[in-house]
Order: sequence, then structure tokens, then C-alpha cells
Amino acid sequence: MVSSPAAPTTAERGGVPHDAGQFADPLWRARLEPLLALGRAAGADLVEVFLERTDHLGALAEQEAITSVSPAFGKGAGLRVFRGGHDGFVSTNDLSEAGLLSALDQALGMLGLVRPLQGLGGGFEGLADLCDHATAKADWLGRCPALAEATARLLEGTNQLERHGHHLQARRSTYARDWQEVLVAASDGTFARDIRLHQSLGLSVLAADGEHRASLGRRYGTSGRPDDLRQWDAEASAQDLCASTATMLYADYVEAGQFPVVLANRFGGVIFHEACGHLLETTQVERGTTPFADKVGESIAHPAVTAVDEGLSDGAFGSLSMDDEGMAPQRTVLIENGVLQRFLSDRAGELRTGHARTGSGRRQSHSFAAASRMRNTFIAAGPHSPEELIASVDRGLYCKTMGGGSVGPTGQFNFAVEEGYLIENGSLGRPVKGATLIGEAKEVMPRISMCANDLELAAGFCGSVSGSIFVTVGQPHIKVDSITVGGR
Amino acid sequence: MSAQADGLNAEQLREQLQHLASVAGVRQWDLGAGCSTDTSVQVDRGEAKQMKGAQRSSITVRVWNEDGLVGITSTSDLSPTGLATALHGAREASNFGNPDDTPAFSPLATAPLAALDQPRHEARSILELLDTLKQAEADLLGRHPAISTVPYNGLAQRSSERLYLNSEGACRHQSLTTASLYLYARAEETGRKPRSSGAVRLAYGATELDIAGCVEEAAERTIAHLDYAPITTGRYTCVFTPEAFLDLIGAFSSMFNARAVLDGVSLSRRESLGETLAAPFLSIHDNGLHPGNIGATAFDGEGTPTRRLTLLEGGVLRNFLHSEATARAFGVAPTGHAGMGSKVSVSADWFEIGATPGAAAGAQGLDHRAGSGHGCVGPEGLVLIDSLSALHAGVKASQGSFSLPFDGWLIRDGERRSIEAATVAGDIREVLKALVGLEGEAKITPDGLCPYVWVEGLSITGDA
Repeated sequence: MVSSPAAPTTAERGGVPHDAGQFADPLWRARLEPLLALGRAAGADLVEVFLERTDHLGALAEQEAITSVSPAFGKGAGLRVFRGGHDGFVSTNDLSEAGLLSALDQALGMLGLVRPLQGLGGGFEGLADLCDHATAKADWLGRCPALAEATARLLEGTNQLERHGHHLQARRSTYARDWQEVLVAASDGTFARDIRLHQSLGLSVLAADGEHRASLGRRYGTSGRPDDLRQWDAEASAQDLCASTATMLYADYVEAGQFPVVLANRFGGVIFHEACGHLLETTQVERGTTPFADKVGESIAHPAVTAVDEGLSDGAFGSLSMDDEGMAPQRTVLIENGVLQRFLSDRAGELRTGHARTGSGRRQSHSFAAASRMRNTFIAAGPHSPEELIASVDRGLYCKTMGGGSVGPTGQFNFAVEEGYLIENGSLGRPVKGATLIGEAKEVMPRISMCANDLELAAGFCGSVSGSIFVTVGQPHIKVDSITVGGR
Repeated sequence: MSAQADGLNAEQLREQLQHLASVAGVRQWDLGAGCSTDTSVQVDRGEAKQMKGAQRSSITVRVWNEDGLVGITSTSDLSPTGLATALHGAREASNFGNPDDTPAFSPLATAPLAALDQPRHEARSILELLDTLKQAEADLLGRHPAISTVPYNGLAQRSSERLYLNSEGACRHQSLTTASLYLYARAEETGRKPRSSGAVRLAYGATELDIAGCVEEAAERTIAHLDYAPITTGRYTCVFTPEAFLDLIGAFSSMFNARAVLDGVSLSRRESLGETLAAPFLSIHDNGLHPGNIGATAFDGEGTPTRRLTLLEGGVLRNFLHSEATARAFGVAPTGHAGMGSKVSVSADWFEIGATPGAAAGAQGLDHRAGSGHGCVGPEGLVLIDSLSALHAGVKASQGSFSLPFDGWLIRDGERRSIEAATVAGDIREVLKALVGLEGEAKITPDGLCPYVWVEGLSITGDA
């Protein structure tokens, strides 16, 4: 298997661990404790070290061929020093003692601090016993499909697309496997290790018939399930995608305007993620860019809306055993019956805004300081059937599949509708393409007036201040009474 | 170590890899490497918000096996062990190389490189950067009482190196220093919605940054959006600022991309060369060597020299962007736009958009400030599109369609008013053919060179 070549010996490694489980080595406690002590002795309130090793495999199949295999592996450290309300962060690929000391010096220097010759005193009482979430996960990487098996499954995907699709000009399937081992040590005693495994699979097609063109895709992703790719139902996925593509190939462009909209479950949850979720991160409170900063305990959404962010759902893309600051995740109720309950917070967020940490400190890699970020975020199920929502609309838009979206610094959001249908007199009508939903969280949240009983989650990637991270969005079918639909 | 604190050591890397390859029986290989040192600061109302430093290194090893198939592996571990592991991984990945599309060394990997005028600057201390940014923030906050914060800001400097080596003796090396400043302000007046806008500046060193210009532009753009109103949905003549039009063309650059053409996901086909895609006065070149392209690279991921390439001339498609493999498939020379991989990606560098030499720039007398031009502005007014958002979500590059939120102004009867919230939608093929004209001198931006671009009949969706 490409990703796990024969591990070099300790001597060959030059003291830098490479084989799985190496962050459990007592060497690291012995190396990190003096570093943390020096930081504290220099005058830092808190010093945190995040160590990381990664092993990535990406593969791409196009039509009947594997056209790209891209393994990658790496290591690095992110070192953060807090003093007062400020912090300095340094990242490096150099995990040697000298490399880490140099990073500490640089981070201390950012705060006007100088490392003393000895780290005695300073209030550091040593690291706690290792909280090791990784023990049961040591074999995850080895249990993942080898490259031959993974590529065979990708080709099965493109073959199924050929079998079930029409007018397909391009067929692609992609696979990404991201393995990460992390060790977090902080001068408050935090000492925790974890292994993460994320696998994602994508199918996409471009269909063309004369002037008609349609490009659609699907993505599936899980965490902590080495057998995930083996269990993938390639035919069902291909059938689902090909059916949508056949419909959208001849769809007309949507007419622009203000409409009631019904958003389907699963990835429809991107509306909440973009429109509201980001505004409930303490990074936004710090920046002064959320309209909800002083609204805890107040109504910010329709009473039909209860929203949750959690890191606990088994196998979900955004689930974690611990966050990137070593804290166990939790189930955080953000909004209950329309009333704002709390914000997602990390270490810096707690320090600067007073919102207690929620196990939401996340980062793409050691190159980023952790920030308050979403995990598995969803609107809870309601009492209605999806059909009731559609039946309640005289003229509007049904968004079956969503594309990506974003939220701006003033809370304006937008996201693309990949597969849409008109709703006419309470029934689904003809397919339409080219729709973009735009609005502002403050205005839209009170307009989510109905939630159905079919909550489902969908895997995605979220890019923000601490990089691109694995998340889950989700919701049941929901109805938004009025939203601006950009079209032609 | 072959990199990090002392930078990349090409000769040491070559010796190490040559030895490892020889032991592994690998006769053909190449390598791309990079390392950088970054420092950056962010501030929040006069206080340091975050200060960051980073030392990064990366390497990609590519090998050809005995069957001529290619495999790669990338790593951030530039130690001898890391290099050995990467070579091993690349050798194994080559078992899954694509026999129908195998890259080779670029025939231009040892051709002379253009001389770039890229002065190196000493790094400033992070505390100096902090003071500079605090002052810039204070200046911006002082420009208007409605500007309460500058929520997105940063001052960064980087020293970096790139390296390309191959087993036939090619050796490319480039080192560079760059700096950047961005200021995005948020302004809000009582009873009104918050508005936001900003500006960016790039330079070869922090001392060279046009900080005053960045503050001025960020303030002007933010303040100009304070007085806003909704726009009525309909079709409008639109004027794209240079930045907005470059963003739009960049989002559809697969039209010019030979890799996308061969993969069947481009709007263009092999036989599209010579076809008219745009109004007859429009020319587009890709020119990574333009002096305005701060941080230009002298060679691509395969060692091919960067060069100026005509894409559209007189509205006619003249060339595609190429890697070695796509150039071979088209029977032309590589153009210097390749990445590195088992399947090599192709991407544009820096666009020059303007009038075809010898041709008029379309309609004459265009003046978006006055809202007048060529009889194409009706009573509904003219829409000035200042900046486009969410290009990753609202562009369907392989379909040609886009539907994008934008910041801009409605100009009517000589008066300009910011548009509250709106999207612009269309088809890039129709846009290129519906160009009315180009207004004014081309402006240098971080993404390219472009004048104001007038387009007739675009669909605008507003809240009114």
C-alpha cells in the first residue's frame, strides 16, 4: 500500500517518529514539558503545542481509466502562546528539539517575551496523564482499502455512470483518504492524543446534448470507518446522479424573484451552515461581524427552528473524539424553538468573548491556529411530512440539491441550487437551473416556518479562518416563506 | 536536512535523490520542492489580534517505472528519510499510472528563463508589521464615523524558494520575497444595514506596500456603499470593474485550458482554435511575466519557462494553455502553465485583457461615471459591478453559466447609488459576444491587467 511503506527504524528516523502510534511515545512528554515550562517561565499565560502527522491518498478515475494517484504524507507542529487577550502562533515542519525551541522563541517574541535559560517555576505543574483516544484506532490506516482495491472501486463508479447515464461527455469518480495523528499538549496540563480517519468519495458527470449542458455531482464521506469504501453502493449512487442529470440537462433557467422555497433534506442544510452557523462562532463575535452577538436568550429564528452542532454522531464527517485543543466534543444546542442558546467557542474565543469552550476548536492542519468551527450542524426534525411543506406553497421553488455557498462580512449569504423544480399549486413542476439563493441570516431565520420529519446529514468541507475542515450539514425538508432567488 | 532554515540545497537534493533512485532501480525522475518563511499580523481596534509565523517545506517526487508509467508522492518531510519514503511511495503509485496519458520531461526544461526584476527585501520584525497595521487600521477607522471595525485585515511578508530538478540534469531555482496588505472595513449607520468593502496591495517587501493607497481605496469603497437602495429585477447594461471582469474570466479559464479540453470539461473543443468567441475588439493574453504580476514565477511545475501567450485576439481563439503532455497531444510546445503530477494540471498565470492592437475598443465615448455610452443605457440606468462574490458556488464553468452576488452601483441620470443586494447572471459565451466596449486605460490588479468592460443585457436580480 502506497500510504504505509515500511517504517524506518528509530535511528533512521533521526528521532522523528513516523510509524503509527509514535506520538504515544514517552519521548514526547519528555520533550514537550520543558518547552511548556520555558514558555510559562517567560511570562506566557498559556502555551499550547499541536503536533501532527498525516497520510493522504487521493485517486481519480475518468471514464475507463485511473488518471491520477496522489499520495502525500507530512508532519508538523503548531505552537501558540497566549498572554492577556493576545496570542502568537508559529507553525513549522521541523519537529526536532531545536525546531520546536525556535518556534517557541518566535511565538514568545511576538508578545514581547523572551525565553529564559531555564524553565523552572512559572506555574507549570506538568502534563496530565495522556488522554489517549487513539489506542483503539492504531489499525485504522492498515484496514483501509489498498490502492488496488480503491482504484477498482472508482472504476466501478465510472462504469456504473456509463451504464445508467445518457449523453455523458465526462464521468469522474474521486476518492480521498485522510489519516491524521495529533498530539495536543498545553501548559494547563492538557495532554491528549487522537487518530482521525476521513474518507470521501465523489461522483460527477458532465452531460451534453447540442446546446444543452448539465454538470452535477455527489459526495459521500465518513469518519472513523476504514471499511467505508468497500461498503459503498456504486450502482445506487450512479443511478441517483444519472437520474438528476437527465432531468437537469434540458431544464430551463429559473426566473428571478422573491419566492417561498422548500429546501430538501441532507445537503440542504448548507443554508443553515452558511446563513447562521458561521455567525454563531465566537470568531465572528470577536470580529464584530455577527448580528447575534448580544442575542443569547432572545428569539432569532422562527419557533419551528431548533438547531444543533455536535461532534458525536457515529461515523459522521464532522465527528471527533477530541477537538484540536484536546477537549472532548459535545452536543451544543445553538437555537431552541427559535431562541438563541449559545455560541460555538474555542480556547481563544472563551478568552476573548467569555463564551465557554464547546469542544469546537478546529483547524485544517498544524499550519493554522485553532478557531471556533462547526462540526455536525443541523436543524432538528419537525412534525411535518415533506409533502405537507410542498403542498403549502402556491408558487415557489423546490431545491432538491444544493451546491456550495458562502457568507460575507455583513451576514449576507448565498448558495447555488444544483437541482431545482418549480412548485405550482402545491405540486412539483418542471425542473429549473441557474438559481442562486441570497439573503441575510437575520431576515431569513424567522422565515423558516416549517420543518419536516426526515432529518438527514451530508458530508462537506468548510473553508474559513482555520482552513478547510471536515463537517456535516443537515436538516429535514424545510420551508422558507420568502427568499431572493437569483436567476435569469 | 536539505531545506528549512538554510533554504533549498539543489545539489544536495539531487545527490540524495539520484542515489536513492539508483538503489531503487528508478532511471527517470523529477522533483519539485518549495520552502517558505512567513510572518503575518492581524489587528482589532488598535490591539494585536493574531500574530503568526510559519516555516513550510514541501517536496513532490515523480518517477517513471520500467513500463514508462508515472507515479508521484508529496511530503513536507525533506529529511533523507522523508525523501526515501517519498520515492518509495512514488514508485508504488506508478503501478497505477495511466498508460494512455503519460507525462514526459518538458523539452523546455533547460531552455533559458526570462530575467525577472524581483528585488529581494529584508524581512521586517513582526512588531514593526504590527505597528504598521495598527496605524493603517486607525487611519481607515478615522475616515468616516460609520466605519466601526476593519474585521478582515492582515499584513504579511514571505520569503520563499522553488526548485525543479530532473534526472536529465534540469535545475531550476527561484527565490522571492513578497508582502501583502488587505483591509476590509465594515460600516453601519443607525437603522441601516451594515456594508463592507476593502482593498488589497501586493509588493516585493513590506516597506514597498502602498499602504496609504490601500487605506484610501478601502475607505472610498466602503463609504460609497453606505447610501444603498434595492434594485429592480431586470436586464441592464453592466460595466465590470477591472477586478470584477478578471474574476469572471478567471472563473471560466477552462475555456483556454488544453487539459480541460482533452478531458471534455471545457466549453472549448480541439477544433475551437480559430473560432470567434468574443467581440472583435477583445484580446486576452496570459502573461505571468508582466511587471505588474508581483510574485511571478519564472518556470512552471515541469520547468518550462513562463511566457506571454495570446489566447484571444480580435475575439478569435488563438491558443490554449499547455503542459508538456497536452502540448504533445496538440503538437505544439508547452506554454509554461503546468503543475506537477501524475496527471499534470494546467492553469492560467495572469491575464492581460484589452483591445486588439489596431482595432478600436468597441463603442466610443463610454463613461460609466456619467452613466452614458453609445445609446445602450436606457432609462433603467447602468449597473457598475464593483466586485463579484461566491465564484466557487455560482459558476458552472463547464456549462458556461453563472449567477453571482455582487457589490455595485446603479448609475442613473448621472447619479450613483449603491445596490443593496443583488445577483448578476448570464452565460459567459453570450457575455463575450455582447461586449459593448472597453473603457479607459487598463488597470493593473493582483490578478491581471484590464480596463472597465461594458456588457449589454445582463440579468440582474434585486430585492425591490
